[in-house]
Amino acid sequence: MRLLGDFDVAEEIVQDTLVIALERWRADGIPDRPGAWLTTAARRRAIDRLRRDGAYRHKLALLAAEPFAPADPDDRLRLIFTCCHPALSREAQLALTLRAVCGFTTAQIAHAFVVSEAAVAQRLARARRKIVTAGIPYRVPDADELDERLAQVLAVLYLMFNEGYLASADGPPTRRDLTADAAALTGLLGTLYPRHAETLGLLALIRLHLARAGSRFTAHHDLVLLPDQDRGSWDRVLIGDALALLDRAAALRRPGPYQLQAAIVACHTEARTWQDTDWPQILALYDLLLTHAPSPVVRLNRSVAVLHVAGPAAALGELDGLAAELDGYHLYHAVRGHVLVELGRREQARAAELRALALTANRAEQSLLRRRLGRSFSDSH
Amino acid sequence: MKYVLMFCADGDDVQRFASMTDADRAAQFEKVGAWFAENQARIIGGRQLAAPQSATTVRFGADGAPLLTDGPFLETNEVIGGYAEVEVADLDEALRMARSWPPRGAVEVRPIAEPGAEPDPEQR
Repeated sequence: MRLLGDFDVAEEIVQDTLVIALERWRADGIPDRPGAWLTTAARRRAIDRLRRDGAYRHKLALLAAEPFAPADPDDRLRLIFTCCHPALSREAQLALTLRAVCGFTTAQIAHAFVVSEAAVAQRLARARRKIVTAGIPYRVPDADELDERLAQVLAVLYLMFNEGYLASADGPPTRRDLTADAAALTGLLGTLYPRHAETLGLLALIRLHLARAGSRFTAHHDLVLLPDQDRGSWDRVLIGDALALLDRAAALRRPGPYQLQAAIVACHTEARTWQDTDWPQILALYDLLLTHAPSPVVRLNRSVAVLHVAGPAAALGELDGLAAELDGYHLYHAVRGHVLVELGRREQARAAELRALALTANRAEQSLLRRRLGRSFSDSH
Repeated sequence: MKYVLMFCADGDDVQRFASMTDADRAAQFEKVGAWFAENQARIIGGRQLAAPQSATTVRFGADGAPLLTDGPFLETNEVIGGYAEVEVADLDEALRMARSWPPRGAVEVRPIAEPGAEPDPEQR
């Protein structure tokens, strides 16, 4: 332990030594002093490892530190790119970033993603081992790789933000830590890459969401939907800031999904009332978004714009086409319930809302759906 | 670090290659030759393998006795057509080589275990 100065590495080596000991002892018999054998073997392996790892040891130490969160922006940036290397799975990227860049503990990560601590620890250990064994470099990528590598980082940060903002897990409805960390890191990237349009787009998107965060919940932690939100409470300074970012991104003429999503949210923030919402513009933006990022969830969100532009029958037609892909997604059934209410099909609406309720683990969403169900129940009786 | 780049192909890739015109095939060989020339300084070994149909696999059964079968170890329609052993600075450099591999298909990039390295605990 003292030799390595790094708990995780030391722990790993002791474990490895034990496994080897068990195998060797099964073949050769147990040595006279098994304790001393183990210490000597582990020490030898530690020295081996120190010699061999060289440059990687420093990196490993950084990844194992808890909490780490380096203050030096260069170090932080290298670490972000290493954690979000495309040779790692998205899950591993996310867990490593939270642990090594943001300084979350294993327990906090486990809580955020509703998995066991052991599963997170294993995911982290496997990812660290891959970094070392596969030779994933600890550096900022070259210019010709930057676009693709930044896209990986942005995807991780957006996941982090969404997990914090929407909070699929049981517990308090929003987790500020995740959103604040994602916002700060995206801000750092925006400063370092001021000419990368999608980085600016994601930063604008995050700021537009944060500007409205306060109006999304009542004092009793109940969810408030967009039509009922107090638009006067939205942070106009933050919104202005985000709109300026979006203008800067647009001037670079490299449109992408984050810029388009930010533009859609911007339409909402620019409407002074819910009735003033420019739905045809939002629908056009969704059509454009579909060409960049075709996904069933984007089509679901687009169906809300269809509802306002072309009416509930057209929206229901769109939704029916998504049934196979989104049947397990609570928001699909929530939107469908809303559209069915508009069509006056209350029994079906109720069934859809019950299905949505069964599918979400988020307390605020559950409570909203229960309120809606209560209303439709008293309306029809 | 040393890596092996394994040049793999699935059924579709094999089909595509088989249905190429002679001129297209010659052009592809030329591109592969250029790739090897360009990466000469990094390549420390490797060979093209003969067709998988020419393989014989020796398997050891539960009782330890060798059992011979006609054909490759991989039973799917995926084949390894050849490999290159490379020495580069890090994974990114190896991936850069793999990305520019002209025949497409798939390239598995696998580090070569260093002598004395601890075996992966999950493989034991």
